[in-house]
Amino acid sequence: MHTAPEVPDLLQKALSGRRLSAVDGSILLEKGELLELGHVANTIRQRLHPQQRVTYIIDRNINYTNVCTCQCRFCAFYRSVGDPDAYILDKAALFEKIEQTLAVGGTELLIQGGLHPALNIDYYVDMLQSIKERFHIHIHSFSPPEIIHLCRKSGRSITEVLARLKDAGLDSLPGGGAEILVDRVRRIISPNKISWRLWMDVMDSAHHLGMKTTATMMFGHVETTSERVMHMVRVREQQDATGGFTAFIPWSFQPRNTKLGGTVAGAVDYLKTVAVARIMLDNIPNIQASWVTQGAKIAQLALTFGANDFGSTMLEENVVRAAGVTYRVPLEEIHRCIYDAGFIPAQRRTDYTIIKEFTDPRTV
Amino acid sequence: MLSESSPLAAIAAKVAANQRLNAEDGIKLFQSNELLAIGQMANLVRERKNGRKTYFIANRHINHTNICVNRCQLCAFGRDADHSGTYTMTLDEIESKARSCADLNISELHIVGGLNPDLTLDYYLEMMQRLRRALPGVVIQSLTAVEIEYLARLHNMSYRDVLAALQKAGLDSLPGGGAEVFSPRVREIICSKKIDGDTWLAVHQAAHELGMRTNATMLYGHVETIEERVDHLLRLRELQDRTGGFLTFIPLAFHPQNTALEQLGLTGTTGYDDLKVLAIARLLLDNFDHIKSFWIYVGPKLAQISLSFGVDDLDGTVVEEKIAHDAGADTVQSMTKSELVHLIKSAGFNPVQRDTLYNVVEEGF
Repeated sequence: MHTAPEVPDLLQKALSGRRLSAVDGSILLEKGELLELGHVANTIRQRLHPQQRVTYIIDRNINYTNVCTCQCRFCAFYRSVGDPDAYILDKAALFEKIEQTLAVGGTELLIQGGLHPALNIDYYVDMLQSIKERFHIHIHSFSPPEIIHLCRKSGRSITEVLARLKDAGLDSLPGGGAEILVDRVRRIISPNKISWRLWMDVMDSAHHLGMKTTATMMFGHVETTSERVMHMVRVREQQDATGGFTAFIPWSFQPRNTKLGGTVAGAVDYLKTVAVARIMLDNIPNIQASWVTQGAKIAQLALTFGANDFGSTMLEENVVRAAGVTYRVPLEEIHRCIYDAGFIPAQRRTDYTIIKEFTDPRTV
Repeated sequence: MLSESSPLAAIAAKVAANQRLNAEDGIKLFQSNELLAIGQMANLVRERKNGRKTYFIANRHINHTNICVNRCQLCAFGRDADHSGTYTMTLDEIESKARSCADLNISELHIVGGLNPDLTLDYYLEMMQRLRRALPGVVIQSLTAVEIEYLARLHNMSYRDVLAALQKAGLDSLPGGGAEVFSPRVREIICSKKIDGDTWLAVHQAAHELGMRTNATMLYGHVETIEERVDHLLRLRELQDRTGGFLTFIPLAFHPQNTALEQLGLTGTTGYDDLKVLAIARLLLDNFDHIKSFWIYVGPKLAQISLSFGVDDLDGTVVEEKIAHDAGADTVQSMTKSELVHLIKSAGFNPVQRDTLYNVVEEGF
């Protein structure tokens, strides 16, 4: 082995259930060998999830607007108010998408959009109420930057905004907008976005209101390995305090069509990061593999490097016309990846309760 | 890493003791889902043989014709002569392509194509002579066993005589293509007109006896069983025991798109399967120095991971690879040298630029 001398002790520490420090995590990420990190992460994963299951959710990603004032340098999505392709989704289009989602067994909506200067909290409340009046579906939507945007526009506190949205129908919060929870990094890649402290304050408030949330990490751009680990440690500390995170979702930066340019984080770097996340986040039960950004092959391998969830089928705009046909391609691919890795696929809800386990490889 | 109760524990002990694995061991490995344990064993062997070196080559691919009499069911590249989209390069065109690489510091020309009945041995002899003159010092790795056998049959010559004539004209090495899977059952389904496994091995044996080094492949992820994979590997190992002429083994993931096999409902391989094949090849082929993960077939991401699963070679800065791309490979068609070096270094390995014969061209990047 070509490992650094301190690595085996740290891995043994992790295997024995003792918590690693931020410095420990940085050493592992920088000096740990891929296979030994994978082995420890996989062992911890097996302890947490002995049923050999890999879960996924059928949901729908809906962007209600692409207008955004943030101008993050890594984002290919945002438009300004007057841009020709700027839009705000109308209710008829929104409802049609939801109907399609339910038709294919979807259980969740992930509704997100830009920080539109003209949309106030009434718009969001009305959207949520309209959905809940018509549909029985879990709304896992918005993100801390959107919540803070609404706080600033309405002059209300985080708790007040979240409570109002919750009353209107918001069930849980996705972990978007986390990027790296270190302000040095945020000042470079998303200078207009909220600080890491504000991001965490939103999650803290949501957890205190009884809402579950996820935490993401977008990495492989300008952050150091120490900053990646610091991100994990901050998530872990919050989880110690409130216990409301259901999953941690690391995904690597996608350089195409963004201001940051650059190269895609390597697959070895991705798998090491997934493994170290499993090792560091001893209080977060689920780690999600990123099949959309890493591709199915690498996401499958992540199941052996600590991940226990394949995330979302993420029905997109382009499946509007052929939802019944097109969606089966990603779902069959997800099942095949899971079976081929020796696991059992199981469709889950947002809270990770199981809807259906697929023990027969021929069933989709 | 392995518990003593694991079915792989006995195999791990053999690997640690440098003992040869048998067919039964190979089958157990393929049946296992203990990917990390298999990877660790393979990495142990890889490091014994090659340390942290990861080889790559600067080369150029030329596919001189897509007209082919075999029309293998597995192939998206070959065409019948009267089909649209056919081409056959003239020797002038081939020479011109080669000369266009003169400033690129390539060390290899990799030339394969279809079995075109209009192309006789003279075409290939002159091709070799011209390439040798156009790019002296560049290794010519050309013509699979399938093409050699075809020429032998066409001219009623022995494999040895065809190979000797080509060698004299400038041919240095044979690529590993055309091996597919040696099993007759499989070949009947995927490439029914192609030469059989014994013939493929006989051509390579003849080349080795002439002092030519060659490569070996296996096309996997279609209709083959794990037993048939193991059989393929062990037959290669047996020939290597006898001649020592193989340079590297290259598993090739099957891409069903645009082939006749698409109708069988075949899907592409998964990452798990790719890594298992590469790692198990390293474990079974204990007399092959090099295992290559051809990044065009599995993608750069998986190729990078494979360096920890027994692989010590990523092939090259390919320009114009048609065969996998006609079958829908969605990978980029070339990687610059600096991209390959970065891919290797960021995985913790040492890049070594090589020629066809694994002579070091450059290292210490």
